[in-house]
Amino acid sequence: MTREGSPWTGLWAVTLKELADHLSSIRMQLLEGLIFLTAIGSAYAAAQELRATVAEDPFLYLKLFTTAREPLPSFIAFLGFLIPLVAIALGFDAVNGEHNRRTLSRILSQPIYRDAVLLGKFLAALATIALNLLALWLLVTGLGLLRLGVVPSGEEVARGLLFLLATLGYAGIWLALAMMFSVIFRQPATSALASIAVWLFVAVFWDILVGLVAGVVRPVEGGNPFAELAQTRLRLGLARLSPNTLYAEVLLVLLNPQVRSLGPVFLAQLEGAVLGTPLPLGQSLLLAWPQLTGLLAATLVLFAGGYVLFQRQEVRA
Amino acid sequence: MSTPVIVAEGLTKRYGTVLAVDHLSLTLRQGEVFGMLGPNGSGKTTTILMLLGLTDRTEGNVSVLGDDPSRRPLAVKRRVGYLPDSVGFYDELTARENLTYTARLNGLSRREGEQRIDAALAGAGLTAVADRRVGTFSRGMRQRLGLADVLIKRPEITILDEPTAGLDPEAALEFLELIRTLKGQGITVLLSSHLLHQVQAVCDRVGLFSQGRMVLEGSFEVLADRVLGGAYRIIVEAGGDTLTPALTAVPGVRAVRVERPGVYHLDAQVDCRAEVARTLVQRGAALTGLSLVRPTLDEIYARYFQEARA
Repeated sequence: MTREGSPWTGLWAVTLKELADHLSSIRMQLLEGLIFLTAIGSAYAAAQELRATVAEDPFLYLKLFTTAREPLPSFIAFLGFLIPLVAIALGFDAVNGEHNRRTLSRILSQPIYRDAVLLGKFLAALATIALNLLALWLLVTGLGLLRLGVVPSGEEVARGLLFLLATLGYAGIWLALAMMFSVIFRQPATSALASIAVWLFVAVFWDILVGLVAGVVRPVEGGNPFAELAQTRLRLGLARLSPNTLYAEVLLVLLNPQVRSLGPVFLAQLEGAVLGTPLPLGQSLLLAWPQLTGLLAATLVLFAGGYVLFQRQEVRA
Repeated sequence: MSTPVIVAEGLTKRYGTVLAVDHLSLTLRQGEVFGMLGPNGSGKTTTILMLLGLTDRTEGNVSVLGDDPSRRPLAVKRRVGYLPDSVGFYDELTARENLTYTARLNGLSRREGEQRIDAALAGAGLTAVADRRVGTFSRGMRQRLGLADVLIKRPEITILDEPTAGLDPEAALEFLELIRTLKGQGITVLLSSHLLHQVQAVCDRVGLFSQGRMVLEGSFEVLADRVLGGAYRIIVEAGGDTLTPALTAVPGVRAVRVERPGVYHLDAQVDCRAEVARTLVQRGAALTGLSLVRPTLDEIYARYFQEARA
């Protein structure tokens, strides 16, 4: 049955309300505190390390994000760890929370479609994350200016902004996943646990599993280089099913201009290459393009899954 | 008769093999208060959800204010207010903030929204607590806030699902009074409940629901007539010999039951107390009491389901 009327009706109202909720919620304030502390701490440590070790580097500012100093991990390692947590925290009770508060049927009886409710919640959570990321990025930049005295070049700023965009895409995956679980499970605790379980699986066990599977399916015997290549390719292919791998590769390319390939490189391909020279931004972007597309596609697929389930769900409690 | 605002024909909803609503036909006219009466699980809420387009029907036709709620749900929901069963609010927001969200969802301008919110809060008697968090509200206050929430959009039809369930008697009475004011404003009200005496207090017409079908429909007198065999019950207290034959012979009396010696219950189609008194006095019986009892919906309800089971 075709329906009349725009699915966007009320989207703005839902988004604004949810955004206000997120920004004032204790949950978000706690997470913000956690992120800012760890991120600033690691960036500060990186600055110290850079002062001590690096004399000259054309991309000193970008090093601020990637350098680690024992015992702290680097800024991006922290972010890769905390972003899924924040996204899950913002999405895990999106729909079942409304069900349990018995507000859903009241909201849906207003002249809006369900589309507006789900999309509005998604956009509001994404905007919350974007706002925090931007603040964080500016803080780290300021820290770099103060501690290292480096002024980021235009290209570095562009790379930094692209890095934020990729992080947002990565957050989108976990947000869409958590929201989908919030449609499937009636209890917020269940959907939170399910989301965290998926995240743990991807973050910890997937790499182990991929290594095992690649070793079994494409065994390397007697140092055969072709077998070795086949195994590496399989391992890479499988690992790239995980959003964590995609995100890590994007960051590697965007924040290290020297990186020129994400897969195995043959000697023949290096002919004429000047090792160690940085790639221009356009080339780096081209290199990370499939990964960026993958992040976006995964977000869309997960959101679409949650959307379909939500449309088919009965309203009554 | 005024124009019909809700017309449903052959309305059916199937959940898998379960028939939740079974070829229901329903017509509501403008300005009337219609009560849907029935036990839990008899299809009342499902019917309401289909009227609002919140659930798609399996079969049948529905027109609400001239629009099909499944095809043009926004047009219908703009003009129909719905107070769900045990309505919820955002506890961390104030009453006014909750209503502001509703006003925004209805696309009202800020100014228009504020005016309507003030009016709705005043109408529900919540002006004094408008800026308190809803988390501190009692159940009765929440329910009244729910009604204020419905009134924000200035509905032509208001659908109330179990509006008085869980309220203490005083709060329930207050709420029924609010429903009467809706009727006074010319708003058509569709009310579902299993609390019969409350339905009786406010409804013009009642439909009795059972297993997804509306088994009886009509004004309260019509229902009483159909189920109890008479809309009037007369209690006669009189001494002397058995008076059953004489009472049965009184015109209009359908049945006579001896409640205990000297006390007779009469089911009558008309108020025939004068006739009864005359008959008894002529027979020389010692008439000590004669009173008229209107049967309650509870009785109709209980009797109907007894008979349905038998």
